[in-house]
Amino acid sequence: MSGLAERATTVDLLALGDDALIAAQRLAEWVSRAPTLEEDVALANIALDQLGAARMLLATAGDEDELAYRRDDRGFRNCLLAELPLGPGRGDLDFGWTMTWLLMLSAAQLLRYTDLAAGADEHAAGIGAKAVKESTYHLDHATQWMLRLGGGTEQSHRRVQEALDGLWPYGHELAEGIRDRWLALVEPVLAEAGLTRPADRWRPDGGRAGRHTEHLSFLLAEMQSLHRAHPGAQW
Amino acid sequence: MTTVRTEIAEIAGAVPDPELRVVTIGELGIVRGAEKAEDGRVVVTITPTYSGCPAMDAIRDDIRAALAAAGHTDVEVRTVLSPAWSTDMITESGWAALERTGIAAPGASGTPACPRCAHRGQPTPVLQISRYASTPCQSLWSCRSCLEPFNAIKKL
Repeated sequence: MSGLAERATTVDLLALGDDALIAAQRLAEWVSRAPTLEEDVALANIALDQLGAARMLLATAGDEDELAYRRDDRGFRNCLLAELPLGPGRGDLDFGWTMTWLLMLSAAQLLRYTDLAAGADEHAAGIGAKAVKESTYHLDHATQWMLRLGGGTEQSHRRVQEALDGLWPYGHELAEGIRDRWLALVEPVLAEAGLTRPADRWRPDGGRAGRHTEHLSFLLAEMQSLHRAHPGAQW
Repeated sequence: MTTVRTEIAEIAGAVPDPELRVVTIGELGIVRGAEKAEDGRVVVTITPTYSGCPAMDAIRDDIRAALAAAGHTDVEVRTVLSPAWSTDMITESGWAALERTGIAAPGASGTPACPRCAHRGQPTPVLQISRYASTPCQSLWSCRSCLEPFNAIKKL
């Protein structure tokens, strides 16, 4: 390990890496369950991109396997949004919920990777430049679906609005420090989709400090079970 | 020295892509460098098309196997991210090989031409079915003329 303290940017890299890792694990829940085959492939590919970015970021912050498989929930620095179920409750998979989540997440990731690409650390800048291209596709994918769901049937509109109302509070922690730029990406999509931008009220946070929802523990239990049962396992 | 370097670069570059067997990793622009260090160690530098591309491990193994077959057993495969891979790095022969197998280029405007109907001269209307296809670097399209689906390399 090159030393967490040595790299001034590591805190950001770890947070970004954890956002991507946890998002990849969440998105993987859709594999074989998406509404169409094309969407199944799309969500799997987005999950793969997230995992790829996570590996590059975590390998820069330390030992990627150690960080992914050996930390408890309190050690993770991802924002709460990344770990939330992709539906109103634990175990739920709701497509409108997922696209709203992806819109919010990928807009923030795009901005943070853009900043990383412009930073002084050459290696981190390389990761940022690579990830920017992929996040652009993720944001576009979520945008296309938000327009279709928001402007679709009465049911699709109602359900995606419910998802937006449910997830919106988590956007504060997600886009902390970049909120104005983040709103500039997200709000026009909501307006074009005919959705109501929720009022800013509750601001749940704590993820960056390791204080997570109960959902992260369930996610980690699944993600880490094999490595914990068989330390150092490879295939 | 130059001859050895060229030979190593040729062997590494000639490794077929594990998912798109019709093109080599050299033609896809994945191989960034190949040379023999002073201590006799062979160092091959590669770059991923997409950061989560699951073929990268297979590509590393294939490069080592190809070089081992030519007698180079001490091989290190390094991954670099800068400059980030782009579709502009695919060579002319790479595009030709992809097109022969029915995978279209992204087209200057981002809209590909149907590989079956392109030879007719008149471009046929196409419809994007999905931004994501069988590999991370492709998208799925359908030709409105022949109605056949086809993959196109995504502009990156």
